[in-house]
Amino acid sequence: MYENVEMRQVLADTISFLMERDERIIVIDADLAKANGTLALRNKFPERAFDVGIAEQNMASVAAGMAAYGFIPFIGSFTAFATRRICDQIAISLAYAKRNVKIIGSDPGISAELNGGTHMSMEDIGVLRSIPGVVIFEPADAVQLAKALPKIVEYDGVVYIRLYRKPAAVIFNDDYEFDLFKADVIKEGSNISIFATGIMVEEALQADEILKAEGIEAEIINIHTIKPIDKDAVLKSARKTGAVVVCENHNIIGGLKSAVAEVLSEEYPVPIKSIGVKDHFGEVAKMDYLKNKYHMTAEDIAAAAKDAINMKR
Amino acid sequence: MCNNEFQTLKEKSRYIRRLTVDSIGKLGVGHLGGCLSVIEALVVLYYKEMNIDPKNPNMESRDRFVLSKGHAGPALYSVLADKGYFDISELDTLNRPETKLPSHCDMLRTKGVDMTAGSLGQGISCAAGMAKASKIKRDNANIYCIIGDGESQEGQVWEAAMMAAHFKLNNLIVFTDYNKLQIDGTVEEILGLGELDKKWEAFGWNVINIADGHDEAQIYDAIQQAKKSQSKPTMILLNTIKGNGVSFVEAMGAGNHNMPISEEQRIQALKELE
Repeated sequence: MYENVEMRQVLADTISFLMERDERIIVIDADLAKANGTLALRNKFPERAFDVGIAEQNMASVAAGMAAYGFIPFIGSFTAFATRRICDQIAISLAYAKRNVKIIGSDPGISAELNGGTHMSMEDIGVLRSIPGVVIFEPADAVQLAKALPKIVEYDGVVYIRLYRKPAAVIFNDDYEFDLFKADVIKEGSNISIFATGIMVEEALQADEILKAEGIEAEIINIHTIKPIDKDAVLKSARKTGAVVVCENHNIIGGLKSAVAEVLSEEYPVPIKSIGVKDHFGEVAKMDYLKNKYHMTAEDIAAAAKDAINMKR
Repeated sequence: MCNNEFQTLKEKSRYIRRLTVDSIGKLGVGHLGGCLSVIEALVVLYYKEMNIDPKNPNMESRDRFVLSKGHAGPALYSVLADKGYFDISELDTLNRPETKLPSHCDMLRTKGVDMTAGSLGQGISCAAGMAKASKIKRDNANIYCIIGDGESQEGQVWEAAMMAAHFKLNNLIVFTDYNKLQIDGTVEEILGLGELDKKWEAFGWNVINIADGHDEAQIYDAIQQAKKSQSKPTMILLNTIKGNGVSFVEAMGAGNHNMPISEEQRIQALKELE
């Protein structure tokens, strides 16, 4: 149903649906409503969808003030400006004050493509993960996004939506049941656990095909909520397979790999290999090129899986 | 405002100043200077102007107040205690472990505090958000906020200024506690604000410059004028004295931002404020 549909369109349509039913929902943009798909909401909800200009710090604190008044604001920008630029506003106005505000950051990591290094957030998960009380959610596809948004509105607190805004691969079908705090076991396996989030889920599923051909049974788990991470799912899978690969469109420092390692190192240490950005900035290029250059392809995942399996004691 | 009422407010300011010096003095250290420069503005707002109910702190359509210079929390706590939001004995717990009264305002801990603030520049944006929210709800509330002059060096203050003017938030009334001092020296020598009234005017605000920011009557009159604004938010510039009312605090100048206070000094200050 969502094949070739832009994720931003699903975002806007779902928020529109929710705004019709809940007068508390507000959408505030900082001159990227066109990019994020939320511009048309202003025609339908002229009072509740508006722009505050290129002033993200103000946008975050304005949202906090509106939340203190009983509204549920969504604020939006590119990931870089929705997180690292307004880290203190998220920490104090939103998280410390426990305001019910949702943050939409689009174009995560290498998906900023031709906007290049300045716009590629390789650190946004890490920045927000260290702030208490911030839920970090990264959808793998449109079905997951559409099912998540009502739950995100229902949840009383700060939620960061790390949004790939173009058409995403179809991962889930319509009867998929979403739980904001539970990871999805997409495919069970016994030799290696592959944890993936966002655009890397598709790569992980392709890696599974490569591994299958070599007789390796991979367990593929989508961790859509990176904080709080579903510890039970991580531990259960690691206990079963004894080796892990973590795949993320983010610096391997501070993101999903770190979150998984934090869980396993405390309770069930196993070898963990990382697929992601190896602690450097981004650059101008299309995603396919960068996936190759940064070793984030299905082939890289399959190779990492074999390395991790060889490290088992 | 009649003379009697004016005298009552003056006495109230003196009392709130005493409570504030006493609570910080008993602790031995605190943001004395910046607390003492906002007392009169707080007193006019909480005893004369704002539509609030201490028995129902979360009353819908109440007026809101955001202390964007959150370090003046102890002055606000004195007012809230006296208004009955919590027991006056709580003031002696200021900044002690597990207190409900932390140095910087925290809406989750303190009854009557409408917004958390302390990281400078954010409170005025929160107040602008509340003013926008009030417009959407059409509840006719006024949103008040106090920012510091040093705080006005934060870029976010000017982001909020542009936004509030753009959305014609005439229900937003902000005060600048213009005491001319900040932590490292005078505002002028650290990063001068230039012609502050003209800056706010240029940002599209209705600006009222008060010669004596410690005069309740002038503050009250300015608020009445502000409430008549048809489309612009209002900035009331309060020319104040950091540490006002206590001679040795005033005399310290920029040193009074966060200062130690001895038991003898506490007693001396209370005597001055009798």
